[in-house]
Amino acid sequence: MAYSDKVIEHYQNPHNVGSFGSSKEVQARKDVGVGIVGAPECGDVMQLHIQVGENGVIQDAKFKCFGCGSAIASSSLATEWIKGKTVDQALAIKNTEIVEELSLPPVKIHCSVLAEDSIRAAIEDWKKKNGIATAVNAHAAHAH
Amino acid sequence: MNKPRPLYLDNASTTRCDPRVVEVMLPFLTEAYGNSGSRNHAFGWEAEEAVEKAREQAAALIGANAKEIIFTSGATESNNLAIKGAAHMYAKAPEGQTGRGHIITALHEHKAVLDPCKRLQKEGFDVTFLQPPADGVITLDMVAKEIRPDTILVSIMWANNEIGTINEIPAIGKLCHDKEIIFHSDGTQWVGKMPTDVERDNIDLLSWSGHKMYGPKGVGALYVRRRKPRVRLEAIFDGGGQERGMRSGTLNISGIAGFGKACELCQHEMQSEGERLLKFRTRLETELAKAIEVTQVNGNASKRVPNITNISFGFVEGESLLMGIKDIACSSGSACTSASLEPSYVLKSLGVGDELAHSSLRLSMSRWTTDKEIDYTIASITKAVLHLRKMSPLYDLYKEGVDISKIQWQTH
Repeated sequence: MAYSDKVIEHYQNPHNVGSFGSSKEVQARKDVGVGIVGAPECGDVMQLHIQVGENGVIQDAKFKCFGCGSAIASSSLATEWIKGKTVDQALAIKNTEIVEELSLPPVKIHCSVLAEDSIRAAIEDWKKKNGIATAVNAHAAHAH
Repeated sequence: MNKPRPLYLDNASTTRCDPRVVEVMLPFLTEAYGNSGSRNHAFGWEAEEAVEKAREQAAALIGANAKEIIFTSGATESNNLAIKGAAHMYAKAPEGQTGRGHIITALHEHKAVLDPCKRLQKEGFDVTFLQPPADGVITLDMVAKEIRPDTILVSIMWANNEIGTINEIPAIGKLCHDKEIIFHSDGTQWVGKMPTDVERDNIDLLSWSGHKMYGPKGVGALYVRRRKPRVRLEAIFDGGGQERGMRSGTLNISGIAGFGKACELCQHEMQSEGERLLKFRTRLETELAKAIEVTQVNGNASKRVPNITNISFGFVEGESLLMGIKDIACSSGSACTSASLEPSYVLKSLGVGDELAHSSLRLSMSRWTTDKEIDYTIASITKAVLHLRKMSPLYDLYKEGVDISKIQWQTH
């Protein structure tokens, strides 16, 4: 399968790889939201850490990804897009925008869905830690 | 075709056609283009002579008589002819009824064996698919346990195409002969690489293919035993009655001539080649394991053909790994490299675990593989795996001492 130049660029030089600490450390931090989606047996696991300011703006984001090149590129792009956005703005990001930006073929659409899911999961985690009501169905099921 | 070509380590998929083979083939396309079925002129005689020479060369490679070789379009056709042909010939009940006979095969066979067996199942045959053990080797005992009074056919591959493991073929063949059951083996990854003797090894039907042993694509052979027992097959292609009526159709003369030459070359070079390939394989496996923690060679440690290795690199997904070594042509058991989005059914059948199946690479070498290429491959894979582990959340969890298998993942 041929990859788009953007996917290759993200694969070779992924943006914002990393974390804000070990799983235990981030669990204890109220300003950090953690989203882990996917499963090893499915061949994709995305981990997104977001650091959110008191004003609800995502100040920093870090990702780790076990998955194909398109999954890595989708999560790398997601971190770029959510930085500087409010959590509500970040929640408005749709997987189709990721598909378009990276020119993902239909067989790779699930990678973009995972990226969207990881944003939702991280925000949900941050909201829960901070006692903010989460939207019903924030963790909407996707057909994939 | 002028771009720099990737280094080729996908020889279990197909091999380069040896230039010495090509040389033998060309005249049969340009000048000696006769049909071996034309018995009344020189063009036909020339073609027939080429086919008979190739038949001798193919037979010599496996210790058979030339009359026992049927030329086909490749191992898929040979497997179909052997399995369906034998099942239909030795069926215990007529078409449309159940209880037509019992067939034994294994879950990690090639699709060209599994799918004919599944079709026969629909036609009223009973099929047992043996579950391979963790090391991938089908033993005599596993087959013996499943044999029933109505068993008519056993089909077990000689060496597995994804992991290179070698099944206990001579012993299984002996058992089948004792019980008067027809024994077929898919020898695609074995013949031409390892010494083969259909008498000593108790084979009734043996499939193999030209393009896996430095011959051309589109040509293969099926060995059909003629005595003790004389194996009969119902043809799949009906027509001009070529190949003793078992495979009608004008013969692929240039392909068959090349196939014969490829068999001859393999017979002469297999020993020295096998020793070289084993050194390469050992080096790949030991040096990669030394450079990268949590690597696992899939399949039995010693009972494997020398040219194939299948290695899982924990916490790294196979397709992304292929992307990191894109100047090396090889295969992965990852879901993403298959049309079905399912990880390798071969690795799954061994109980390797889906996660390690997603993380696997198959590297398969040829007579042209060099020491330098092996060095380059080790360095490239190491670099790519380390790059990807920096990004891998699973590697972090492993480093934190978390048991990944105990986590409740959100499967989808």
